[in-house]
Amino acid sequence: MAQNNKKKDANHAYWHANLRLMAGLLTIWFVVSFGCGILWVDDLNQFHVYGFKLGFWFSQQGSIYTFVILIFVYAWRMNQIDKAHGVDEQE
Amino acid sequence: MSAQLLTYVFVGLSFALYIGIAIWSRSSTTQEFYVAGGHVHPLANGAATAADWMSAASYLSMAGIIAFEGADGARYLMGWTGGYVLLALCLAPYLRKFAKFTVPDFVGDRYYSQTARLVAVVCVIFISFTYVAGQMRGVGVVFSRFLEVDINTGVVIGMGIVFFYAVLGGMKGITYTQVAQFCVLIFAFLVPAIYISIALTNNPFPMLGLGSTMANEPVYLLDKLDGLTTELGMTAFTSGNKSTLDMLFITAALMAGTAGLPHVIVRFFTVPRVRDARISAGYALIFIALLYTTAPAVAAFARINIINAMDGLQYAEAPQWFGKWEDSGLIAWFDKNGDGEIQYRGGAAMSPATPAFAEGRGVSGERLLTNQPTANDNELYIDRDIIVLAHPEIAQLPNWVVALVAAGGLAAALSTAAGLLLVISTAISHDLMKKTFRPHITERQELRYARMAAAVAVAVAGLFGIYPPGFVAEVVAFAFGLAAASFFPVILLGIFSTRMNKEAAISGMLTGLVFTFGYIVYFKFIDPASNAAAHWWFGISPEGIGTLGMILNFLVAFVVMNLTPPPPQHIQDLVQDIRVPQARHALT
Repeated sequence: MAQNNKKKDANHAYWHANLRLMAGLLTIWFVVSFGCGILWVDDLNQFHVYGFKLGFWFSQQGSIYTFVILIFVYAWRMNQIDKAHGVDEQE
Repeated sequence: MSAQLLTYVFVGLSFALYIGIAIWSRSSTTQEFYVAGGHVHPLANGAATAADWMSAASYLSMAGIIAFEGADGARYLMGWTGGYVLLALCLAPYLRKFAKFTVPDFVGDRYYSQTARLVAVVCVIFISFTYVAGQMRGVGVVFSRFLEVDINTGVVIGMGIVFFYAVLGGMKGITYTQVAQFCVLIFAFLVPAIYISIALTNNPFPMLGLGSTMANEPVYLLDKLDGLTTELGMTAFTSGNKSTLDMLFITAALMAGTAGLPHVIVRFFTVPRVRDARISAGYALIFIALLYTTAPAVAAFARINIINAMDGLQYAEAPQWFGKWEDSGLIAWFDKNGDGEIQYRGGAAMSPATPAFAEGRGVSGERLLTNQPTANDNELYIDRDIIVLAHPEIAQLPNWVVALVAAGGLAAALSTAAGLLLVISTAISHDLMKKTFRPHITERQELRYARMAAAVAVAVAGLFGIYPPGFVAEVVAFAFGLAAASFFPVILLGIFSTRMNKEAAISGMLTGLVFTFGYIVYFKFIDPASNAAAHWWFGISPEGIGTLGMILNFLVAFVVMNLTPPPPQHIQDLVQDIRVPQARHALT
């Protein structure tokens, strides 16, 4: 029974580390797309970067670059978290 | 060689390649037929997912929509890529750990209910068929425009090719053909874009060319385009017309819909490990982003080139391509002031907005129309599909580049069609036959059913392509709304809540589905005249209503879940199990 509870707690810790990482990344996901790309697009358009209005850039390109980075950060961090909790897939 | 001949050569070569791959990668077990044996390399799966995902709509239509809508086009750019973040973080790794064959498999097992499985099967078949009909039509259109064969002959040739590698090869054949198709379509999309980017901005990277200065004057390209569009009385390119709320809802529906589309989800059943599923989504999005960050550049370049090429042009002196696209009905000109010169301004040139051609020619030789002229000065109708199809010709690119476009369009349409057909055949042979009606069939029999279902699905899809039901174009975009309102919430809650039970899943799915379906059918078919912002609930267009359907699904599920008993212990254990990539081992 004690063994079982210990396993439960360990899985719990792993799951919470996962949820924390997800929450952080999904916040960035929301801010760049719905925030910078749609809600604040007019305010950001007052700034110019290179030949782009900033809001326009976020909505047409910047958010997409960010999405790619988010997935790679997630994959990389999750591999670390898997290892740290001893649940990584071994060959 | 002429562009026509080169087109035949490129299309022929690409088809030979697909058939060769199909013969090399035949499937002999259901495991191979459904999920390619579960050992596709994550990089290959990424490329296959990208081709699976990028359809005729992404390849042929999206740049055109952005060219004419400017900033509003962002809903497609963000919606059809942002969904991959949801997929990678919230769905793919857990579904991979679950290790079954289909989305209804997950719904049926997780919710320990044949009813839930059947609802899911119906959703899968409905979503996939509406989507595939558009692809087969796309195949026909590309054939008829570029190879001057009859549209129906084009559809039949396309069916033959898909039949060959989907029925023979199953998921294994489809996966490796899709990898090849991705290479073809991305090459065909990027080469003309790079050519045009260099011509307009001296920058060989179109995604950066969009932010560069013009090659022949020290003005930023986007400022130049804003100036041109405003001058002609059109909405400035970098400004939008849609309300902020509608943009939010449409983008959210496209994102959640992308993550909930069955043919995309099943691709993540084909990789060996959970960690591969995560990284594979990343590779897929890189491949997709190559096209999606180039598309807005192509759109802006095309808008500039079209304005420069067409406004003030004497019809009698119009280049050959103008007549060709006028003949196919994608361009129409209404000489309102009778000066023989094309005037391109803001607003629709005619009413109704799409041209209806009459017999005979006008004074300057243009095709006559039965439409009424509108009060504004605009004389030109341009179909948005022309951007990708005709832009290489308008920009006077070399023949071999013009010829690439057809091969790319066919790769985009065929790869998506194959992915969808596989999902349909799996839903029938696995979820309906094996799991519901005929649980005792052997693996060989199941595989035979799978091939038969794939063959029938190809034939039905082809019929849809030859006799397109009027609703197809209207409905394709809504496949996303339906996926968002039905699958996304039940899969998400199935993973992230151990308390989620079958009562909540079934009632939530049905609520989301019926609501979204009803709203779309009302505004698109029952009372299309009232399809305007003033009549929409909260100003949300039918395109974005899937988001509201999804919210309702979540709410209903939450309430029902708390009023009904929790799921049995073995289901709660199953949920705990899919959350962890592998059972705990000693730390090393």
